[in-house]
Amino acid sequence: MKEFVLLYRSEPLGEIKMTPEGTMAVSKEWENWMGGIAAQNKLVSNGARLGNEGRSLKPGIVVTNGPYAEIKEILGGLSIIRAESMEEATEIAKNCPILNVGGNVEVREIIPMNS
Amino acid sequence: MQDKELIPHLYRTEFRKIAAVLCRLFGIEHISIAEDIVGDTFLLAAETWGLKGVPQNPPAWLYTVAKNKAKDFLKRNTIYNEKVSPALQCNTDESFEIDVDLSSTNIRDSQLQMMFAICHPDIPPESQIGLSLRILCGFSIDEIADAFLTNKETINKRLFRAREKLKQVKVKIEMPSVTEIGKRIENVLTTLYLLFNEGYYSSNRNTVLQKDLCLEAMRLTHMLTENVSTNQPGVNALLSLMCFHASRFDARTNKDGELILYDEQDIDLWDKELIKKGEYYLNLSAKGDEITKYHIEAAIAYWHTGERDSSEKWEKILSLYNRLLMVEYSPIAALNRTYALAKVYGNETAIIEAEKLHLTNSHLYHILLGELYTNIDKLKAIDHFNLALKLTKPIADKNVIRKKIEKLKI
Repeated sequence: MKEFVLLYRSEPLGEIKMTPEGTMAVSKEWENWMGGIAAQNKLVSNGARLGNEGRSLKPGIVVTNGPYAEIKEILGGLSIIRAESMEEATEIAKNCPILNVGGNVEVREIIPMNS
Repeated sequence: MQDKELIPHLYRTEFRKIAAVLCRLFGIEHISIAEDIVGDTFLLAAETWGLKGVPQNPPAWLYTVAKNKAKDFLKRNTIYNEKVSPALQCNTDESFEIDVDLSSTNIRDSQLQMMFAICHPDIPPESQIGLSLRILCGFSIDEIADAFLTNKETINKRLFRAREKLKQVKVKIEMPSVTEIGKRIENVLTTLYLLFNEGYYSSNRNTVLQKDLCLEAMRLTHMLTENVSTNQPGVNALLSLMCFHASRFDARTNKDGELILYDEQDIDLWDKELIKKGEYYLNLSAKGDEITKYHIEAAIAYWHTGERDSSEKWEKILSLYNRLLMVEYSPIAALNRTYALAKVYGNETAIIEAEKLHLTNSHLYHILLGELYTNIDKLKAIDHFNLALKLTKPIADKNVIRKKIEKLKI
């Protein structure tokens, strides 16, 4: 079994206007999706949801406010799952709710430290 | 109670009480001798009562015999000089008797302290549970082997190594410090949960014994709530969970010993007092910020005590199972989550999710799929029920499955 990171990108979440019912429905979608992965014993970590504010550091002492100034999409969160292959991990990612709001998921394999 | 059942029953209830007191008295270096003494006491009971009849007060008989054997051991052994004698140096009375205190207070204190001594972070979790089942719960080696789905030799080796490790680490049989208690309590709770499940889900159809185990698990958990340093939210959540489950005990089996499923139980047989207690401990568990898996399970159990089929209930339960699985995976939680999913989103959706679970060696998995396919694809449903039949051992459970198959063939 390998481990994969799922990286979620979309418009900054503050930009998507949602009703309270809408917000709850979205939470439910995410919870059901992650619950489904967990039920298969393939969830390694819920991961994290990331705040909209951030800093980008580059060589030199320049620190820009970011990451969303002119950028249309930002990294909103990540999770870690378990799967036999990239294909399987991608299959799992296909049901990610972020795809319903115009976002996308990047799937990357984790390379274990001691290899 | 029939004579044949009496000694096994007493073994269940009294072994661990005497063992805890003697272990604490002898110290961690001699716990296997303490266990042997208690074992010998029961052997003597089996021999003697068979010939001379059962005594008036069987527990008292056991305590007296155990006390005498313990005193003999202490006198013959250098323990007396190491441990007991220095405390008596000032006593010039040569005939001073060593007191083996089997009062209920000392039994309770000894059990609590043994609980923590055994659940020591330096020995593997499986060994902690094995030794707890042996000393704190009075399980026989066979029963522990069943619980771990392994054999006697493996368990004996495991227990031996566990005792050696405790000796090596020189564990003191006393209450852990405030800083240590947090870590140690998790292990204790896992053991108590395992004990409760042994009684609740056991295929042993002796409902008296089953209930005993559940009640003992609840009693030990309750003991933790009575002590200020161990009265933590997780402990209250676990006790709440146990109360909710136990409230359905009388409704779960019919007079033939067959298991009656939740949907078909007579609600009037649910123990309302226990449900109230469950709610009481659930409220206590809400103090502070801690949410353990026991909190989530207790909340699920709480929803099961209410109206049987409200849509709010199943949505809440689905949500709780999602969260439970995200905290810790277990096959049972995965199956139950899928059942809740079916209640909220329908069988077709649930079947898709169920087939991703791949729990093909579990009879419960096939029963679930059988249920889900029932109004959708009769042949698949029957296939799954037949697989479940092959994988289920208890006859009463087989009968329940057979009835389901019969219903489908009509």
